[in-house]
Amino acid sequence: MIRIACIFACILSATALPAPGQDASLDVPKSVVAGTAFSIPAAGSGKATLYIAGPDGVLKRDVQLGQPIAIAASELDDAGHYIAVLASNSSSQTAQFDVIAANQPASISFLARPSRLPVDLQNGITGAVYVFDSYGNLITSPVPVNFELSVASAPAQTRTVVTNLGAAWTGMNSATKEGNAKFMAQAGNVSATRVIEQVPGEPCGLKMSAQKVGDKLNLVTDPLRDCGGNAVSDGTIVTFTETWGGGQTTVDVPLKRDIAQAEVPAHMGARLSVATGVVMGNEIRWEGKE
Amino acid sequence: MGRLLALILAAATVVLIVMGTVWPIPSAAAYAGITGPNTSYSTSTPEGAVDDLAHTIGQQNWGRAYSLLNNKSEFTQQQFINDIRGSYPGLRTYATLDTYEAQPLRATDNQAEVRLRLRWSTVVGTFLDTRDVQVVRNGDGWSPVWPLVKEQRVPPQVIPVNYLRWDVIYRGPGDDWGAQDVEAPHIRIVDMRPVQRAAGVAVLGEVLNEDVVPAFVSVKASLLRKDGSTIATEEAFDQISHLLLPKQVTPFLIMFPNAELSDVDSIHMDPTSNLIAASADPVVEIQNQKLSPAPYSVFSGDLSNQSGQIVNIAHVLATFYDQSGQLVWVGDQYIDRALQPQIPVPFSIPVPEDLARKVSSERAVVATYSNAAFQ
Repeated sequence: MIRIACIFACILSATALPAPGQDASLDVPKSVVAGTAFSIPAAGSGKATLYIAGPDGVLKRDVQLGQPIAIAASELDDAGHYIAVLASNSSSQTAQFDVIAANQPASISFLARPSRLPVDLQNGITGAVYVFDSYGNLITSPVPVNFELSVASAPAQTRTVVTNLGAAWTGMNSATKEGNAKFMAQAGNVSATRVIEQVPGEPCGLKMSAQKVGDKLNLVTDPLRDCGGNAVSDGTIVTFTETWGGGQTTVDVPLKRDIAQAEVPAHMGARLSVATGVVMGNEIRWEGKE
Repeated sequence: MGRLLALILAAATVVLIVMGTVWPIPSAAAYAGITGPNTSYSTSTPEGAVDDLAHTIGQQNWGRAYSLLNNKSEFTQQQFINDIRGSYPGLRTYATLDTYEAQPLRATDNQAEVRLRLRWSTVVGTFLDTRDVQVVRNGDGWSPVWPLVKEQRVPPQVIPVNYLRWDVIYRGPGDDWGAQDVEAPHIRIVDMRPVQRAAGVAVLGEVLNEDVVPAFVSVKASLLRKDGSTIATEEAFDQISHLLLPKQVTPFLIMFPNAELSDVDSIHMDPTSNLIAASADPVVEIQNQKLSPAPYSVFSGDLSNQSGQIVNIAHVLATFYDQSGQLVWVGDQYIDRALQPQIPVPFSIPVPEDLARKVSSERAVVATYSNAAFQ
């Protein structure tokens, strides 16, 4: 790093204090596509040294004046602003130029959030894309990006967004049916896919029934669905509560194959209730039969 | 007058220190290291015989403790150890005897009864084991009759369990920076209330896991002054059920020792959640929940393990509400014995008297820890 700083200082001092009789300007293209070959005409005779300083370091080369200086493909592949200095014993020539990213996308970074969300949420899914060329330079020129969110049960949602300074983003709605959605972003021939898990919403219409089995009551819920008819995820905790004159019994059970089931002691006149999260279900007063 | 009183108090203190050093009570002497590890207590009195037994139990010298018993023929040494330390690993297994008290209840020439209070210390606090020990004359001395509580055992059997389990694959180190990671579970504080207690300010509340995946939750709170500066920041630590399955609610209690509610302008709550692999098993039913009326109000009930897995440590958290459904208090108790399948184990959570009078309803949850879950 210190070495690069020293070289920069030398170049800047060479630029600021030209030797007498210098030829001030070096003929370099104003902009060069990253990774492409180009040449720099070098007038005069004798030997000289070419310095090209850019964002990722300094290129130094001994050259013969009077012959064009060839910069090979891939020699300058980092986009940014560069300074070229051609220094000989008697003179120095300078030029400034830009290396720009190629317009052809070679890779994209696709950020899709969240990875999991409830069904039927407007603009709940966001996707952001950064487009890069084959050397990892952010392509700042406008590039159209296609976003596609597809689920098995519904037509795909598509959007085309043109990048602004290398980035494009969009919002999508989650589907009304649960399941995994494929969220794809494509720029040119490059694409990336993320999986968005669309999960059921809050349970809707929680209902249970009770049946006496021996000296116990078997409490069973109806298959639990959200308001869109999606089966609530297995493992969701359902709380059964039995309250009678002498006390209370509670049990938290996970939903298994859409239903929750528990056994509680049978107390005549007991009040039975069911809930999941902040959603309350029906109540039963146990009078001996249901 | 003041000087005279000071002199009297100083002299009395010195006299009491000398008396305590020369004639210490047995339990204090044992735990102050005044007596040696193999010290025998005089068994010429019923109280001394029980002291000797308690001291030996404290040293975990099971062979000697068993040999002191008068009713050895009724059970084996292993059954005696299991009675004290539990048959399955639990809090008792790793507890050490902190203090004990032997209180004579009644005595005749040949028989006596002594109440033995063993206070065990564990990583989550202390628990009390109280036994009324019969002591019988044995020649010149006395020997205790251990009131063995035979632990119920589940007969050998196969209990089929088709429980649910969540496994998680996290983002790997080689993945692109843009590659998505699995989302942390969405949790929400559904209720929160600060309460002033003698020990400080208690922040009570309830957290709901509103997601479809299990969450490891913790809740931090900061008390803020009017100028926005922080008085103190504390965490719920163990007064919360850290593992929340989908749509499960846990109460939490955060204590701020020595804080004054009058100094607090606002409270900043900071709930955090992480996605973790978890199992829906075991299911624990809380039966016969009752709240005895104030004073000496206690919330009690029985825990019944509905699964086939042994629950090594169970932690009951109870939330108490007033008539309007507002939070009044959060209490908890660790169960010192492992929960075997289908065998009810009692619990009791004391409720402060002033708050117990306001309680109209209550709700309990159980957090469980099983060795099998880590195998």
